[in-house]
Amino acid sequence: MLIAIAWRNLWRNKLRSAVIFSSIAVGIIGAVFSDGFMSGMTDQRVNAAIANEVADIQIHQPAFLLNGEIRYQIPRAQRIAQKIRTLPEVKGVSLRMKTQAMAASANAGTGINLYGVNPADERKTSDLHTHIIEGKYLSENQKIPVVIGQKLSRKLDLGIGDKLIVTLTDSSGTITNSAFQITGIYKTANDRYDAASVFVNKKDLAKVIGYPASSGDEIAIRLKNSRNTPAVMKKLNRIFRKEVQKKRIILQSWDQIQPLLKSMVSMMNYFSYLFLLIILAALAFAIINTMLMAVMERTREIGMLMALGMNKRKIFLLIMLETVLLSVVGAILGLLFSILIVNHYATYGFDLSSVASGLNYLGYSSRIFFRVNTNFYVMSIVLVALIAVLSSISPALKALKLQPATAIRDMI
Amino acid sequence: MSIIEAKGIYKTYQETKIPVNALNGVDLKIEEGEFTAIVGPSGSGKTTLLNILGGLDLPTEGDIFIEGTNLKQLSSRQLIDFRLHNIGFVFQAYNLIPVLTARENTEFILELQKVPKKERRKQATQLLEAVGIADKADHRPGQLSGGQQQRVAVARALASQPRFIIADEPTANLDSKSTNELLEIMAEMNRKYRSTFIFATHDQRVMDKARRIVTIDDGKIIGDETFEGR
Ligand SMILES: Nc1ncnc2c1ncn2[C@@H]1O[C@H](COP(=O)(O)OP(=O)(O)O)[C@@H](O)[C@H]1O
Ligand SMILES: [Mg+2]
Repeated sequence: MLIAIAWRNLWRNKLRSAVIFSSIAVGIIGAVFSDGFMSGMTDQRVNAAIANEVADIQIHQPAFLLNGEIRYQIPRAQRIAQKIRTLPEVKGVSLRMKTQAMAASANAGTGINLYGVNPADERKTSDLHTHIIEGKYLSENQKIPVVIGQKLSRKLDLGIGDKLIVTLTDSSGTITNSAFQITGIYKTANDRYDAASVFVNKKDLAKVIGYPASSGDEIAIRLKNSRNTPAVMKKLNRIFRKEVQKKRIILQSWDQIQPLLKSMVSMMNYFSYLFLLIILAALAFAIINTMLMAVMERTREIGMLMALGMNKRKIFLLIMLETVLLSVVGAILGLLFSILIVNHYATYGFDLSSVASGLNYLGYSSRIFFRVNTNFYVMSIVLVALIAVLSSISPALKALKLQPATAIRDMI
Repeated sequence: MSIIEAKGIYKTYQETKIPVNALNGVDLKIEEGEFTAIVGPSGSGKTTLLNILGGLDLPTEGDIFIEGTNLKQLSSRQLIDFRLHNIGFVFQAYNLIPVLTARENTEFILELQKVPKKERRKQATQLLEAVGIADKADHRPGQLSGGQQQRVAVARALASQPRFIIADEPTANLDSKSTNELLEIMAEMNRKYRSTFIFATHDQRVMDKARRIVTIDDGKIIGDETFEGR
């Protein structure tokens, strides 16, 4: 019956309860909205990084990671790549020849990462070919083609058909120049990547460097589903245990390759909870105030209950239940609205085009698709209940201080 | 043994600037089945005395025994429990929990006593019938008249099967018709179940029904009369 009393008490002062319901609801909506937005943003960044830039897993010689010198080609790279292609979880494997280089036009120059790729393999591994905004992606039958990012094309003031002069160190340690013809310009959401990543056919690059076209210093592996990354990592480490143990190769998942991305994901999560807590802490004051008022208004009633023989534990419980119900009803209202809002923006996206140019620099596109973990919803209800329990302590103690004789006398 | 035995009760309120001596040496015995009125002018100490008899407040000096239990020797927790199982209360007003129906109010005290649900239901219904408002069992106090509310309060006080019932000016807010009805019901319950009633009043109509009238003035008992045959 305590629950019934607590529940019905909620509706005695409808306006006051409504104010609390809506404050909590608005607070929850705010927290969920920001979590949805931030998770959507990090998701997008992570997905884009995997799809266009790093793939899910990469393999190198350990030494290559230290200085990026081309002499650290992966031993028996083609056999390794071929073996990985047979795994059912794998969508594509690209054996790349990656080297640092200088790219120059007639009047400007800049440092780049030059990727020699086999176009057919690369298409299966990276979605970059879907981001061509001018010209065409690489193919085998073009003559010394090169695909560059829009950012680089602007920096060097070069367009389709123009020559890109690349300066690099060949296998003998000699610095050589080579000219490629720009056949395609791409644009991803990550300006910095676009400014520094340049793609050519591996057979062309191999010729310049002086290695066979079958070699490579980077194997990029793209999975059908990125969620399988940890499992596939385990599998690959098992398959190539000998090579890994002898330090001939090293396997890295996307979050090891881009640890910043990984820490951004956990930081955003952390911020979401922090934000929720701050909102709830502010709401706690409103809850405490409301319940103190309720206790004061009901001095006589509480005195009467004590006189009848309702013990302190039950009085405490009654006030606590009422506080928790008050808060949780608000939270449920808030969650219902939040779910609607999040679902809407999860489907249609949240348009940020007015501030998009800055976002592109940071690697984000201008439409954010929201995502909220069920965990966050559950946690917000749990936290609200917890805050409510804490908020009820002061009003409940106030109720316990009442002396039945005095409280009842006050009523006459 | 008397149900209540109060010995040398003094009560001084210290909270105020000038301490108030509300009771100045009260000795009183109440026997089972009594229907007793405590009468006296306003401020004479009736409420103070009833609160002490009902275990809502402790005397500054003196002892109060209820069937041999010295209330002074109970912890505050024990005292609450003692009230729950031994004493029924009817106040002047604000007796009922406003969000519960008449039946739920009556059942509530039984729930505190941990009586099983079915049994609670049965007893509450019977008692509401006995006080003549079974038809209003599902109404909340706000939908009941003052007299009806007091009858629910009597039903609730009886429900806990207390050793005695204390009623502090139960008719103060009632018109004469409701006053008569309520008194009639209390008297009937007293006859039927031998429930002991002690009520404070300064209403002549109430005094006329009492079988014993204890008169109090300035915190002292100045008269104690018994009227057989009422
Ligand atoms: N809590 C209190 N603090 C101070 N004085 C009180 C308090 N309660 C009652 N009194 C005083 O004690 C005296 C007796 O009061 P009370 O028992 O209420 O009398 P009655 O019920 O007969 O009107 C009065 O003078 C009243 O002012
Ligand atoms: Mg009084």
